[in-house]
Amino acid sequence: MNQNKPNAEKIPFFDNPKNISIMLISFYVICGLLVILDFVVHRHIYVSFEEIPAFYAIYGFIACVVLVVIAKEMRKLVMRDENYYQDRDDTELNSQSTEDHSQESK
Amino acid sequence: MSYTIPAFLPFFIAALVALVLPHRFRYVLILVPLISGICLYISGDATASHSISLHTFTLELVEVDKLSLMFGYLFHLACFICLIYAMHLKDKLHFVAGLSYAGSAVGAVFAGDFITLFIFWELLAVTSAFLIFARGTKAATSAGIRYLMIQILSGVALLIAAIMHYQDVGSFDIDFVGLGSVASYLFLFAFGVKAAFPFLHTWLTDAYPEATPVGTVFLSAFTTKVAIYMLARTFAGEELLVYIGAAMTCFPIFYAVIENDLRKVLAYSLINQLGFMVCGVGIGTALALNGAVAHAFNDVIFKGLLFMTMGAVLTRVGHVNGSNLGGLYKTMPKTTLFCVVGAASISAFPLFSGFISKSMVMAAMIEAGHEYLWLMLLFASAGVFHHAGIKIPFFAFFAHDSGMRPKEAPTNMLIAMGIASVLCIAFGSYPWIVYHLLPWENAYQPYDLTHTLTQLQLLFFSALAFVWLNKMGLYPPELRSVNLDVEWLYRKALPKFGNICFNAMNAILDGLFRFKLLGRHLLPKRQAHAGANAATLTYRMVIGFVLLAIIAFITEIV
Repeated sequence: MNQNKPNAEKIPFFDNPKNISIMLISFYVICGLLVILDFVVHRHIYVSFEEIPAFYAIYGFIACVVLVVIAKEMRKLVMRDENYYQDRDDTELNSQSTEDHSQESK
Repeated sequence: MSYTIPAFLPFFIAALVALVLPHRFRYVLILVPLISGICLYISGDATASHSISLHTFTLELVEVDKLSLMFGYLFHLACFICLIYAMHLKDKLHFVAGLSYAGSAVGAVFAGDFITLFIFWELLAVTSAFLIFARGTKAATSAGIRYLMIQILSGVALLIAAIMHYQDVGSFDIDFVGLGSVASYLFLFAFGVKAAFPFLHTWLTDAYPEATPVGTVFLSAFTTKVAIYMLARTFAGEELLVYIGAAMTCFPIFYAVIENDLRKVLAYSLINQLGFMVCGVGIGTALALNGAVAHAFNDVIFKGLLFMTMGAVLTRVGHVNGSNLGGLYKTMPKTTLFCVVGAASISAFPLFSGFISKSMVMAAMIEAGHEYLWLMLLFASAGVFHHAGIKIPFFAFFAHDSGMRPKEAPTNMLIAMGIASVLCIAFGSYPWIVYHLLPWENAYQPYDLTHTLTQLQLLFFSALAFVWLNKMGLYPPELRSVNLDVEWLYRKALPKFGNICFNAMNAILDGLFRFKLLGRHLLPKRQAHAGANAATLTYRMVIGFVLLAIIAFITEIV
């Protein structure tokens, strides 16, 4: 999931490509196991769709891809500039404020 | 032991006390929802009812049954966690507004008649608006005003509906209403606004991301859940709600995927979760209603938890734009962990709280024979994992390193998030904790092999889709932007239309004015010397005579 370049000094866990690939491989293995389990375990069938082997896995994958593709297309239609409704310069971006805003607004 | 004072009273008293309480004693406030909640739990069904008589009219202030009790406990718990989360604040506003807001929510769920409900309904709106104004930015102020207008509109609709309902039925008692009369549709509108029905939902996605870090946590807990409670009470089993609910589960997730402000992503996913509850209410069987109520119970905790983690990021970094975050896990490891717990809960991972309640609604959906709607809910379940379960933690705490190294969240925030996390896991692992509070007969077993396996398949392959899309570079990047929603109607179209009308009216008035000037020119002016004066008078009389003749002529024809 994480494609990051390693840091020069101490490499934080999730920035280390080795850790990432281990995590990804174990993730793929689990995915595979879940599909295999589908053929081993006798699932209760409530709805006709569920008779399709590994229905939930297929559906989950396709649903997410469809979701993202449609959402991306939607951007062409609905995306506007950040200041579309009103000027938003009051969102302090690069300030690393350690104090709470609400404390200042006292 | 019986709880003899109205349950909302301690909150309002505490809010008054908070006004004058020295800052160092603010910790006392945490005890109010805690002690009141424990007393309420011990007293349970034996909690006393209250009513006050105003001349000939009786207000049923408190009426207790298992449904209202469950929401009562929930709001006490939520207020308790929110207050801990707010303890680092130096201003009193959050304590006063938060406590009275929680008190209004408690009052609303125990209300026995629509007039009492109306009072608390409006109090909910007014008290909560301050949590938005408190942010102090221009955007927050205008969002707060829009929020307040829509909430008050909902209250007015409720009052009108209550009066019309009284004329139909002859009583203000809160009972099953059901769709049919005009009053019932007005009720549905009033509750629908607060429950963020499609097209009525924009106040939520508009205002929640603008509130203060603490404010949003408060906001996410109460208003919408009161609406769900009222729907369960008055519209249980109305088929229309199933369709509305299914729509609510699906459309927000598209917005959530492309939204950049992570708190707005959560606001959209809040609507998605409300959709499951509305579906449950619409199906109306004991299992479905239990599912809706249980999901509301869990949602307050896990959605609160997610809002808390984003609030912590907002407090430390100053913004929650996905495009400018990333890599925060290095310096905020605890917040990251809590966020992952919240994400797992909302995605309904086995052993986390979402699993035990969302599945009840899904099972009820199949039982009721809505197979295609069930597919929609399944789609929404995969989608919610995608945007709330992966996107939120990934873009905030992992993803590309933003280079920011903010401090870990304040201790009180960590404690609040820790409590919520423990609750999420506890509810998920020991479903009995939630199930024994359920108002209807319940024999549902969440943990069987089929359900666990299928849910894991769904989630893991949604995650696989995310990994694949990311690797292929297909995943939409986080962009600083605004996405148009229904609010465009009243934030852009309506003002623009108003401007056009205004300009048109101006042009017409201008034209009339010019015409008048022209008319003046036609009229001869009085001149200085006497002879001329007589001439003008004659001329004017002639014009008058001609006009009279024309009028006479016209009347003759007509």
